[in-house]
Amino acid sequence: MRTIFLHLHPVRVNESSVRFNRTFGLGGMAALLIVIQIITGISLRFYYTPVPAEAYNSVVFLKNHVLFGQFVRNIHYWSGVFLLNIAFLHFLRVFLTGAFRDVRKINWLFGLLLLLLIVFSNFTGYLLPWDQLAYWAITVSTNIIGYLPLAGESLRTMIIGGKELNAGTLQTFFTFHTAVLPLLILVLVLYHFWRVRKAGGILIPESTEKAEMVPTMPDLVFKEFIVALVLIAVLFTFSALFNAPLLDKANPAYSMNPTKAPWYFAGVQELLMHFHPFFAAFIIPISVAVFLAWIPFLKYDEAPNGHWFISEQGRKSSEATAKFTVIITVAGILFNEYVMNFELLLSFLPAFISNGIIPLLILLAFMAGYYRYYLKRFNLRKAELVQAIFVFIIVAFIVLTLIGIFFRGKDMELTFPWNV
Amino acid sequence: MKKPQYKKVTKIIQPVPADPINRRDFFNKAWKGLGILAAIEVLGMFTGFMFSGKPKSSSAPKQLLEAGPVDSFAPDTVSAFMGGRFYLARQQDGGFIALSLRCTHLGCSIAWEEEQKRFICPCHSSAFDISGEVLNPPAARALNYYPVLIENGMVKVDIGTLIERNTFRKDQLQYA
Repeated sequence: MRTIFLHLHPVRVNESSVRFNRTFGLGGMAALLIVIQIITGISLRFYYTPVPAEAYNSVVFLKNHVLFGQFVRNIHYWSGVFLLNIAFLHFLRVFLTGAFRDVRKINWLFGLLLLLLIVFSNFTGYLLPWDQLAYWAITVSTNIIGYLPLAGESLRTMIIGGKELNAGTLQTFFTFHTAVLPLLILVLVLYHFWRVRKAGGILIPESTEKAEMVPTMPDLVFKEFIVALVLIAVLFTFSALFNAPLLDKANPAYSMNPTKAPWYFAGVQELLMHFHPFFAAFIIPISVAVFLAWIPFLKYDEAPNGHWFISEQGRKSSEATAKFTVIITVAGILFNEYVMNFELLLSFLPAFISNGIIPLLILLAFMAGYYRYYLKRFNLRKAELVQAIFVFIIVAFIVLTLIGIFFRGKDMELTFPWNV
Repeated sequence: MKKPQYKKVTKIIQPVPADPINRRDFFNKAWKGLGILAAIEVLGMFTGFMFSGKPKSSSAPKQLLEAGPVDSFAPDTVSAFMGGRFYLARQQDGGFIALSLRCTHLGCSIAWEEEQKRFICPCHSSAFDISGEVLNPPAARALNYYPVLIENGMVKVDIGTLIERNTFRKDQLQYA
């Protein structure tokens, strides 16, 4: 056991890098959750039947007749929710401390890929219970794919194996969820760890004191052990208190009201309420993805220093940008919902222009105005400017997601969380 | 014993002019070529394996579903056929159309609201009139429909053939 841990870690590590609040242990937590997902997932497979006629019944059987069946399902469900959130926080931590550049740029790309694969894992798993929640969430999400230009419709047909969800869809999702994705994730996680070591461990700020090296065992391994125990305790408490949702068996003739995409796509779905699908489901997500993959390869003036938000002005400009983003996103949603619906108002134009290009230009104009009249006063260097754009994207995404999850009720009307 | 006499070599033996391909080169290239060939073969096999087993949706056979006698549907009414996934809508002028119950926005099931005389989608509140035409976005296209056949006073719907359209046209209606 000792040697396994020592194979993943160097023998000695920098004292400053084992401090908990350097990384909050997020990467390690994500790895542990992946292991938990594999163990509980294999357990669930002993009872689950991946055909539409039987899938729902097999989950109900697991719930009602298997000792700890409900509990194991809950752990798998909540661990999936935790994993996506923790991987997302890990991604934020890595970016905001500057650990995505230079020697770490390839690992940044693999990290993004892992995040994507974790989303896919969650998404394919979402369908498996074959209840109303699963059926309609996946119907809505896969229909979004149909709006991609040129190949969208055929891509959608290929993914779900027909025009509507069917037995083939369930089989395909099951295979991806239980074989293809776990295998890929496992291999890539090991590679991800290996590259962290290759980069010389985690990025730590330069300090005036001389770095002291401490033995990994026990200084690091014991801390990891404590983090793991706390995480497991929280996860099990959650799973004991809150059941994973299971509604009625899927009924293709009757949609839920409201029908929502899985929670991590609630932001995209919210975007779809305000933009033509070509923009909401294609242009905007693709631009964000290209931006994220591209930032490590830009030329920066100086090497990353490992400090949160780079510098004092970096922190201030990020804070200002976050505030601006919250205001513009919420205001934009309210304005589009209650004051001016571009598509109805400009119905003589194609929806592509009235509900796509025009609102996007208005949004870009606001962003340009913010940059020109406010952000410029900070005199930002390139890395800090890129950081401000990153903060804008992330905060907008979080606001959209929260509104989609907590503020959309019956008929997808805006409402308060207690009415949802 | 006479010491062997070494003759001073004056003429440098020229190496054989480099063959464009020697044996090692040849084998290296052959292995590479075979490797690429094998990769292409495996890829082809994999693609065939993955996609040939899927049913072809375009060649779906006619599946006629008998909806009922023409007279049992009053003009300007909508009858739901949930098993066949369609609404049989009879227009004011007596024309029939079998509307798919999938919203053209994101595929949710629409519901007929009798008082408002419109179909409403629960997902993003798109609305459609009795002919399937869009009344309220975000849906951009009129509802898809299935061909209606009227034989000997019976209304039949071919639920194997889904027809997509952008807007409603009169010739999509079927008259008794």
